[in-house]
Amino acid sequence: MNSVETLEPILSAHPFFHDLDPHYLSIIVGCARNVRFRTGDFLFRSGEEATQFFLIRAGRVALEVSAPGRPPLIIQTVGEGEILGFSWLIPPYCTVFDARAVEATRAIALDGTCLRAKCEADHSVGYELLKRVAQIMQERLQQTRLQLLDVYGQRT
Amino acid sequence: MLAAVPNPLAVQPRRIRRVVQETHDAFTLELDAHDGGHAFKPGQFNMLYVFGVGEVPISVSGDPAQPRTIVHTTREVGTVTRAMRALRKGAALGVRGPYGQPWPLERAIGRDVVLVAGGIGLAPLRPVLYDIVAHRRDFGNVVLLYGARSPEDILFRRELERWRALHAVDVSVTVDRAAGAWPGHVGVVPSLIARAPFDPPNAVALVCGPEVMMRFSADGLRKRGVRADAIFVAMERNMKCAVGLCGHCQFGPFFVCKDGSVFPYERVQRLLDGREI
Repeated sequence: MNSVETLEPILSAHPFFHDLDPHYLSIIVGCARNVRFRTGDFLFRSGEEATQFFLIRAGRVALEVSAPGRPPLIIQTVGEGEILGFSWLIPPYCTVFDARAVEATRAIALDGTCLRAKCEADHSVGYELLKRVAQIMQERLQQTRLQLLDVYGQRT
Repeated sequence: MLAAVPNPLAVQPRRIRRVVQETHDAFTLELDAHDGGHAFKPGQFNMLYVFGVGEVPISVSGDPAQPRTIVHTTREVGTVTRAMRALRKGAALGVRGPYGQPWPLERAIGRDVVLVAGGIGLAPLRPVLYDIVAHRRDFGNVVLLYGARSPEDILFRRELERWRALHAVDVSVTVDRAAGAWPGHVGVVPSLIARAPFDPPNAVALVCGPEVMMRFSADGLRKRGVRADAIFVAMERNMKCAVGLCGHCQFGPFFVCKDGSVFPYERVQRLLDGREI
């Protein structure tokens, strides 16, 4: 008999799903698939429909913004143990930045449409997921504010 | 008969042996101290006097095992440091010191060491790294988390590479902003703390950089599980006498020159969180 390995052990080992109730995990895993990107590949581009978010398992991805006549500016990188993508959760479900692999990257992609449907069907799953996403959003907001302070710049 | 007490305010002229431009605004001066040496402990600073211009406190950034060369790394940020940058090999600079409390390296023996540096804050931590690399077996995991403004502002690139290649120090570098060609990490230095390879309850953390960065780094270290009494920070204030007499560097109940510039985080946390001190 062939055995099929599920992604549950990989999901539960990722810090984003640390200590998640196995029941919730079994619901979420149906939206997950394994993905790989080579250096230079785009995980998504600005303005696209945001169909998924990623749990990064290895490698590094740069979030970039482009302006005419200038090279793309990297505003943040995310790597092993971090997540990438919030736009799948918030209408109009449209990506805001380019996400480019700056190293060979392995990740779990979670289908946003599938997850939203499961969150609507079972609000306790949705609440658990939102608490985790909100915590990361808060951390990134704080980090962005600190970046804006330009603490290493010349004082004027 | 009483022995003569050296005058702590006496300035000694030292010749510049070498000037190294580290980045567009940061430079290193190597001063000749072959005539008797200039012993210091990592974290201590000297008062450097540009004759006819003024005197500023600058941390020693050299190797404590090489006391016959006095090394300082700083940025051009004011009248004195701009004049200092204009000096050439062979020019004289007045030096007095070393002053201040050193990093408590004895507390780190047998434990993991986390060095968190921001911008020019890497310079006062470099002597710690020299010392650790020279006595590597005395310590557990050694992690350097270093944040710079941009890839062009990264200090001591060659040494960072060397320590990384020797597997002596786990070096992670991040920048606040970068263009597309940069393959490294982008984000603030506290964002590196969550996944750095050290054992929090068994770690000693030494943090040096702008005050806001130190505050957020200390928060990140505490969140990770580092004990508050195992976190040390280096403060910077306008020091004049450097021996705790003039009061220019008063920081709450402390004189940074004499009680610091390295402080246990617990002693200054309340002051760091305050709006204005």
